[in-house]
Amino acid sequence: MCALKLVLIVALVTLAAAPAAAQDRPRHGGELVFVVPSSPPSYDAHREETFGTIHPIAPHYNTLLRTDPGDRTGSRVVGDLAESWSISRDGRTYTLKLRRGVKFHDGSEMTSRDVKASYDKIIFPPAGVASNRKGEYVVVEAVQAPDPYTVVFRLKWPQASFLNSLASPWNWIYKADILARDMRWYETHVMGTGPFLFVEHVKGSHWVGKRNPNYWDRGKPYLDGYRAIFMTDSAAQVAAIRGERAMIQFRGFSPAERDSLVQALGKRVTVQESPWNCLILVAINHEKKPFDDRRVRRALTLALDRYQGSAALSKIAIVKEVGGVQAPGTPFATPPQELEKLAGYWRDIGKSRAEARRLLKEAGIPDGFSFTYKNRGIPMPYEPVGVWLIDQWRQIGLNVRQEVVEPAAYYGQVLRPGNFEVAADFQCGYTVEPDLDLYKFQSKEISHSNYSRYTDRVLDELYEKQSRATDPEERRRLIREFERRLLDEEAHYLYTLQWHRIIPHSARVRGWTITPSHYLNQQLDTVWLAE
Amino acid sequence: MLRYIVKRLLLMIPTLLAVAVLVFFLMRVVPGDIVELRFAGESAFASKENLDKERVRLGLDRPVWQQFLSWMGGILRLDFGTSMWTGAPILEEIRLRFALSLQLAIMATLIAVLLAVPLGIVAAIKQDTCVDYAVRIFSIAGLATPSFWLGILFILTLLIVFRWLPPMLYTPFWVSPAQNLAQLIWPALAVGYRYSAVATRMTRSAMLEVLREDYIRTARAKGLWEKLILSRHALKNAMLPVLTVIALEFAFLMGGLVVTEQVFNLNGLGLLFVESVAHRDYTLTQALVLLVAFVFIFVNFLVDLAYAWIDPRIRFR
Repeated sequence: MCALKLVLIVALVTLAAAPAAAQDRPRHGGELVFVVPSSPPSYDAHREETFGTIHPIAPHYNTLLRTDPGDRTGSRVVGDLAESWSISRDGRTYTLKLRRGVKFHDGSEMTSRDVKASYDKIIFPPAGVASNRKGEYVVVEAVQAPDPYTVVFRLKWPQASFLNSLASPWNWIYKADILARDMRWYETHVMGTGPFLFVEHVKGSHWVGKRNPNYWDRGKPYLDGYRAIFMTDSAAQVAAIRGERAMIQFRGFSPAERDSLVQALGKRVTVQESPWNCLILVAINHEKKPFDDRRVRRALTLALDRYQGSAALSKIAIVKEVGGVQAPGTPFATPPQELEKLAGYWRDIGKSRAEARRLLKEAGIPDGFSFTYKNRGIPMPYEPVGVWLIDQWRQIGLNVRQEVVEPAAYYGQVLRPGNFEVAADFQCGYTVEPDLDLYKFQSKEISHSNYSRYTDRVLDELYEKQSRATDPEERRRLIREFERRLLDEEAHYLYTLQWHRIIPHSARVRGWTITPSHYLNQQLDTVWLAE
Repeated sequence: MLRYIVKRLLLMIPTLLAVAVLVFFLMRVVPGDIVELRFAGESAFASKENLDKERVRLGLDRPVWQQFLSWMGGILRLDFGTSMWTGAPILEEIRLRFALSLQLAIMATLIAVLLAVPLGIVAAIKQDTCVDYAVRIFSIAGLATPSFWLGILFILTLLIVFRWLPPMLYTPFWVSPAQNLAQLIWPALAVGYRYSAVATRMTRSAMLEVLREDYIRTARAKGLWEKLILSRHALKNAMLPVLTVIALEFAFLMGGLVVTEQVFNLNGLGLLFVESVAHRDYTLTQALVLLVAFVFIFVNFLVDLAYAWIDPRIRFR
């Protein structure tokens, strides 16, 4: 009798749990409709810089490695076309074993020749072909394909971030034969190994992909297809999600837009949020007086109440986290207790501003000293962050005027020629990795995007040391040292607040995890739609 | 008449040429360039070598006069080149959006004419009565209401009240008339209302002026039927300025509906125009300016022909 009861209880529990389990189990079928706030200039990710290329086109391709689609930090590397890899003892040789039986969409087999041709295009582009990513791979001496299923990268020196570089979402693997015929073919055509086949692109309107029935990862993708709709206006994007004409927009919405969607859709919407590996920096032109004086620069950072700023701005803008040189929550992020020791991050803002005033006085800066803050003419979040900065600086007796410059002319007319005293700058990486995130802060002779225009050999040395450090603890220590010098001792650049990524999406969309980068996780092979 | 038409057609050439010269050099004066924007911008790894390669590829390294001559040479062969941003042929970029913009302009014009002409006539006939006041309020409200704002109201109403949104992708009318109209009727109403307001006021004032003319008084004195007076004698003459307003508005709609296109997510010429300027896509912007200039000139030409048809005095002059 007891046994019978037990069986009955187990059966009832199983039956009750079945719908919930079915809800969590990936399900095949359906078309994912998503909105892309930008359009692809060309189809070639090796040369483009916009997520407008990644979001609609990445599902047609694979990369050699990728970041784990389930990892919220977006920094754990897993295999994509490579199933395993090994690193030599001296850290200079990376050997990757490729999956067998991977087919391009035309039915031909993908081999190491294709990987080599793709990476050669990126790292050693032939004459006349521009590669924007060449600079990221200066460490690579050679790419070799000793057999059809092995690729070897030989480095000039060991580099801690190299695996992450191989997981770059921009480095799609193209077909060698096509590249040999025409290096520019991929700018206007699609031919990958990815989970979805190309169906249609109507410029300015939409992009359609359908399931690749011969995808090498058996059982995937779950979706029958996807439709990316290009939509620049954010109100129209919100209306599309709210009207359930689209299920998701992968870049991000503002807090107000999130709230309106949650209010309208209730349980039919799921919200994922994450620190965003993008932020507005403040470039301080060291070639303009008095900003060559580090006391003045330190005063500028000490004036900022970042914690209060975070509380206020996060309600109205896409900024939130107070962080150091690495996005909070990621492997090399600064622990809060250490961050609070840096100038401008002290919890006691009264003390901080008193120190700022003292430094200004010591540097001979009179009360009411005026300068111009040049801002980029993009409303969100440059406008609220600019207003906040000016208000903060006014509180230590500085009189700041804001000049807004049209985005198309901003880099060419303001930052690059150094035509400013203090100006908004921007950094946004495809993955949180110190080599990528700190590169720009090296001396101006090394980094063309060092718009504060300084030379600091100590920083250069620290950058190189951390980049070559193979022990994570040692690397962490060097990054902290770099951070202290950059943000506190020299205050070459000011960090404002980390951007905050908010993705409210249809609750039917499953299998997609937010990361700190809107370039990652766009292959859509793990995404599925609930009933 | 034929001589007049040929003369007007020939006059288009220097006008378009002047527009071409103006837009080419204006674009070069505007700060910022496409290479900087697309390949440098926020990138930490952008190098001068790369930017130079791209400038060479796009022909931006050549002296401006050489760029101008090769562009003009292309235009004479009706070859507008390729978009600097997408690399696609410019005619293809325009063709993709032209049908939608043209249809929207036609629909908005139809709505405007269907509203404006009867309302304007009624308001003029019933001057200073309740009907006239109602029409005037209706038209002033139309003038004061931006069409994009009305568009937003339409969308919110459809969304909140009917839990429905117009389709987001354009379907040509011959593929599915229902889908096509379900998408375009809303922007056409939003734009058509503002457009009708202008035309209503113009119709009313032109009718009032004509109704005071001697020949109307003479027709009435002869005992002609009032409806005949209005339709044959008054309306035909009052239509001249109305026609000009309608035509100019129509030409404007072909490239000027930027915000309305954004609100309704329409892949039209207005949005393409703004994006091409924002991207500093010289070739595409130049071609679009030429297209819009051509539409304006051509529509004006048609209006002039219509003038000649409506008013015999113009034909005989």
